[in-house]
Amino acid sequence: MSEQNTSATKPLSEFIPEVPEHNGFHKVVLELGVANHPGVMSHICGLFARRAFNVEGILCMPVGTGSTSRIWLLVFEDQRLEKMIKQVEKLEDVLYVNKHAGEHPVFGRLDEFFQ
Amino acid sequence: MMQMTGAELIVKLLERQDIRTIAGVPGGAALPMYDALSKSEQIHHVLCRHEQGAGFIAQGMARVSGRPEVCLASSGPGATNLVTAIADAKLDSIPMIALTGQVPLSMIGTDAFQEVDTYGLTIPITKHNFLVRSAKDLLDVVPAAFRIAMSDRPGPVLIDVPKDVQNQMVSFEEYPDVVVPDAAPSFDIAAVEEAAKLIEAAERPVLYLGGGVIHSGAAHMAVTLAEQASLPTTMTLMALGAMPMDHPLSLGMLGMHGARYTNYVLEEADLLICVGARFDDRAIGKTAEFCPNARIIHIDIDRSELHKVKDAHVAIAGDVGQVLSELLPRVKPQLRKRWLSHVESLKGRFPLAMPGVDNPRSPYGLIHAVANCLDDSAIITSDVGQHQMWVAQAYPFRRSRQWLNSGGLGTMGFGFPAAIGAALAAPDRTVVCFSGDGSLKMNIQEMATAAQEDVNVKIVLFNNQSLGLVHQQQSMFYGKRIMASRYERPTDFLKIAEGFGMRAVDLDPAPNPRATLAEALTTPGPCLIHATIDPNEFVYPMVPPGAANSEMIG
Repeated sequence: MSEQNTSATKPLSEFIPEVPEHNGFHKVVLELGVANHPGVMSHICGLFARRAFNVEGILCMPVGTGSTSRIWLLVFEDQRLEKMIKQVEKLEDVLYVNKHAGEHPVFGRLDEFFQ
Repeated sequence: MMQMTGAELIVKLLERQDIRTIAGVPGGAALPMYDALSKSEQIHHVLCRHEQGAGFIAQGMARVSGRPEVCLASSGPGATNLVTAIADAKLDSIPMIALTGQVPLSMIGTDAFQEVDTYGLTIPITKHNFLVRSAKDLLDVVPAAFRIAMSDRPGPVLIDVPKDVQNQMVSFEEYPDVVVPDAAPSFDIAAVEEAAKLIEAAERPVLYLGGGVIHSGAAHMAVTLAEQASLPTTMTLMALGAMPMDHPLSLGMLGMHGARYTNYVLEEADLLICVGARFDDRAIGKTAEFCPNARIIHIDIDRSELHKVKDAHVAIAGDVGQVLSELLPRVKPQLRKRWLSHVESLKGRFPLAMPGVDNPRSPYGLIHAVANCLDDSAIITSDVGQHQMWVAQAYPFRRSRQWLNSGGLGTMGFGFPAAIGAALAAPDRTVVCFSGDGSLKMNIQEMATAAQEDVNVKIVLFNNQSLGLVHQQQSMFYGKRIMASRYERPTDFLKIAEGFGMRAVDLDPAPNPRATLAEALTTPGPCLIHATIDPNEFVYPMVPPGAANSEMIG
């Protein structure tokens, strides 16, 4: 992790890609540890999609030996989010869910690829 | 070192989980599994006439035994035909393993013959699902499927097995261990103590039991809690039987077709103790107006159910049996004379009206006539519609797992194959399926299966030549514009049953319908008992969809 080169000059929140604001809700970053096999992403995205809960950003890479992956989701904090998280935690392939503030840098660094 | 094909390994692993009956329909992509089954001396395969029938037969077995049971289908249409039964199991938390054949791995994604994305299709309707990519993986996948299906909140698990994986040879040293359910999550004793305090302090408490009480085997503890703390007790459709209907504290079923007094009692409650239920819309009506003055204690093994529909003041995520066993010694015995006598007076003023209960040619009368021929050992299933609600209101259920029906998904066509499954799981019991002419037609082909297996299943058919509940709603809420809910051409169900090799009895021309009914119910083997019902008989009371439970009609 080398945070200095980008975050020292500008506040991190500026690196979050511009997404349409609905109802003034805050952005939230979710970090999911998951089993790494085809289909996991489909299980997770399906949960959000069927509740018409838009996922604004998704990142996924394997970690360590590749038996698990980490998924980062950028979502809006609305009143359903806590319920959504409980549903996600119930999935067999989801090992843990951590909730971070929308300013978390993980999506910020991707900004340049979305210009 | 053991060596066998993937298909043989699947069958061995099922045998090790003590599976004795599988319901299924063969097809190309499942043939290696069927070949392996032909060599099993332990497993009896029930050949169904439609895969949905197989799914519901497995469900019927599981709802009676309380453990995962297995259905089997081929790829493509075999798998899609299972989908409804799997979704039904998901919504009612029924442990079930669905095994499906799939096209060979190399052909997946090519639109091969009878290929469908079974894995993708079943993601939202299973508790978990697997697409097996190598025979060796079966050593982990099959035990995991059983563990997941029966642990915590039970549910269906699907295993999709490509044909080449079924044929692949696998060598291994030892079989995996036979799996048992995971230990239930631990819970906070402080919350249990808080719950006990709320119960003690309440003046007008109501106990609200759901299907989780049945799954957890906790009905006797729930009844003890009710008796100890003088709690009037209502049950959801899924929990009927948890407390005997004739128990003095029983309020019967709540909700859309609950008795008036039941919904009125809930309206006055100052404490609602919800055990293994999920505040379903058919049970609670308009959310904001359900138990408007009550604090809520919610006990459920599924953490995501807590605070989902109603915020709870005390929420306990745990197995309801374990939580109740901690709660019971902390709840002070109490006799709430005032509250119980008030409930009694509401019951006296607003009872469940059962017009025609003495006439076996009317809905309530027929249900009572059937009940009078049976004892508590009988298993009762129903399809979905008016007959289901009448039975839920009027049948004297007195034990857990006596009543099997499709609660969450509300699947017409559930009742008859589920009854076959129940009879296969409990061959010494009489199984009665209350059905309607609309529902029965949706899986009528399983009459052939019932005849083949010679199961002791009696269908009591309420024939009003209608989709009765649709007809009722159109009459009540759509200006009596009856659209597509009347069957213009009558169906001769007696001939159909006989054509499939089932005995059939008609109560309509019988001079003494009670005697005819008793004879039919007590003669072993499958039988259709036909009764014509007036299509203008409606289920009352009824809460209009979306309205508060206090706004009952009738």
